[in-house]
Amino acid sequence: MSILVDRNTRLLVQGITGSEGSFHTQRCIEYGTRVVAGVTPGKGGTEHLRVPVFDTVEKAMAETGANASLMFVPPPFAADGILEAAEARMPLVVCITEGIPVLDMVKVHRYLEGKSTRLIGPNCPGVISPGKCKVGIMVGEIHLPGSVAVISRSGTLTYEVVSQLASLGIGQSTCVGIGGDALPGSTFVDILQLFQTDKDTKAVVLIGEIGGTMEQEAAEFISQKMTKPVVGLVAGSTAPPGKRMGHAGAIITGNAGKASEKLKALSRAGVTIAPTPAEVGATVKKVLQKL
Amino acid sequence: MKIHEYQAKTLMAQYGIPVPRGKVASNPAEAEEAAGQIGNGIAIKAQVYAGGRGKAGGIKIVNEPPEAKEAANRLIGIRLVTHQTGPEGVPVSKVLVEEASDVARELYLSIMVDDVSRSPVVIASEAGGMEIEQIAQTNPEKIFKVYIDTAIGFQPFQGRKLAYEMSLDGGQVGEATRLISNLYKLFMDKDCSLAEINPLVVTADGKLLALDAKLNFDDNALYRHTELQELRDNEQEEPLEIQARDWGINNYVKMDGDIGCMVNGAGLAMAVNDLVQYCGGTAANFLDIGTLNNPDRVVNSFKMFIADPRVKAVLVNIFGGMARADVIAKGIVEAFRQLNIRFPVVIRLAGTNVEEGQRILGESGIHYIRAKDFNDAARKVVEAAKGAVK
Repeated sequence: MSILVDRNTRLLVQGITGSEGSFHTQRCIEYGTRVVAGVTPGKGGTEHLRVPVFDTVEKAMAETGANASLMFVPPPFAADGILEAAEARMPLVVCITEGIPVLDMVKVHRYLEGKSTRLIGPNCPGVISPGKCKVGIMVGEIHLPGSVAVISRSGTLTYEVVSQLASLGIGQSTCVGIGGDALPGSTFVDILQLFQTDKDTKAVVLIGEIGGTMEQEAAEFISQKMTKPVVGLVAGSTAPPGKRMGHAGAIITGNAGKASEKLKALSRAGVTIAPTPAEVGATVKKVLQKL
Repeated sequence: MKIHEYQAKTLMAQYGIPVPRGKVASNPAEAEEAAGQIGNGIAIKAQVYAGGRGKAGGIKIVNEPPEAKEAANRLIGIRLVTHQTGPEGVPVSKVLVEEASDVARELYLSIMVDDVSRSPVVIASEAGGMEIEQIAQTNPEKIFKVYIDTAIGFQPFQGRKLAYEMSLDGGQVGEATRLISNLYKLFMDKDCSLAEINPLVVTADGKLLALDAKLNFDDNALYRHTELQELRDNEQEEPLEIQARDWGINNYVKMDGDIGCMVNGAGLAMAVNDLVQYCGGTAANFLDIGTLNNPDRVVNSFKMFIADPRVKAVLVNIFGGMARADVIAKGIVEAFRQLNIRFPVVIRLAGTNVEEGQRILGESGIHYIRAKDFNDAARKVVEAAKGAVK
């Protein structure tokens, strides 16, 4: 097992004909992901990368049985793309787009309430279940199948952590990038719940960063509901307050947003904190040895 | 993006929010003229992108127009240092000349997006004049909130609830409800990330008035607000950060140290800065070059390190994903060819096309320090900055 994506995933790509959409769709196919459809309004009826292209998500789902969507739609149109997929009852939407206005996402979240669609991202690297399925822009080759799950707000820092794990021979069940925006579709808690019940996951690595209170909420959930060990890292200990550190969500606006507060909460919840960003792999190894 | 108080008040006035009579002035003569139109009882307020102006001497209350001229003369051209600025302060090039108000009570009002409920939240308090973080620490019971369902928007009952909680009465309740409703409309129309009135005052004759005004805007939404982009005052921002933006590096933040850092990805860039500190050094900047495969951006990053006189050594840490290690390597070689690089450069490459990247660096003949992993890179750059490796 694994979570969110696996060999049963039938992927649809929204924005498949754009340059990023094309490049990464090709990489997903090479990794072994079954890409069954693409959507670009106005290009319905054509083929791209040998994948049939449709005008609407609804039509693409009806004709191909797609059950997950990967989005490369530019920021001004991305919220509309998510809504279109949700209206068509797409079970999983992974939105890569960076730079969606916050108030657009407020409306998207309001619409998604009570709907069955799960949104990952935006502004995220996507989801990969190594050896099975890749729905995103991460480098597939650095991953190794295994039983350690990774959840992160960052893309390249996740690559760093995954490569540390792989170099110690530690494989991953599923790696989920929830994204660097202030209002992600799925939070740490949403994904931790899935990992807690996933039989293939023995331990979880949680990579947080400054800004917001998602790490504190994760800590609360971990202390009450998680029985699997969690290793934590929070980036941004040295970040100055009030400055947006690249990610829209990475800005310290109050005490709770500081790395030190997040680390304190996670540590109190029983999370093993990696002493430095370079020692996440080694910390996971120690935790696994105790199991 | 931030704007000045006088600009925020102009916008609020357009939305029907009561603000004091006033005019912005760029020199003492203009200030005197503006004061003449107001009459007696005048506030002269330094226009800077920072709070805490009152305590820092950035607001002066005077009686007569000649005194207004004198006060403006003392403020315009200085660098104002408040608890929110660094020790170098921010430049004052304009003052807002405003009718001083007879204040009976000071309240607090703001709207922002709450990331837990994922909806706009209106925050109100009777304890105005203080920073909201401070009220939250000392008197959390004095903070009241209503969350707005964007499907139906702000509702009058929510305004009444907040008005009664702020102990307003009579006609003030309806007045406050209209004011909050207008502020919400402004917040949504202009893609604000923060709309704050602190203090919102009740005047001696019982009227509500926005005595101070702060509007911040969502950078991601600026593309649909060209009218707001024109309000940006570059003078108020860190010169190195403006330089970076001009050179196409949008994710640059100046820090306190002497090690220049160039990284791809925001989370990794933060982690690199943290790791440098664990190894005993401090970063001069946060720099995420993003995912664009453009060697010019690498060259421009090196220009930033040269433009920053504090930089003693540079760390390049790239984990190729969307960004490719070979393109970055070409950019580094190009930077060495075009620029006079006198500081040691530590390079760690990994990920997509790393072998090709290492080959390009190796065959170029440039002088650099190769790092084998993340930790090695941070350790070596800290040593280099301390002069241990030349």
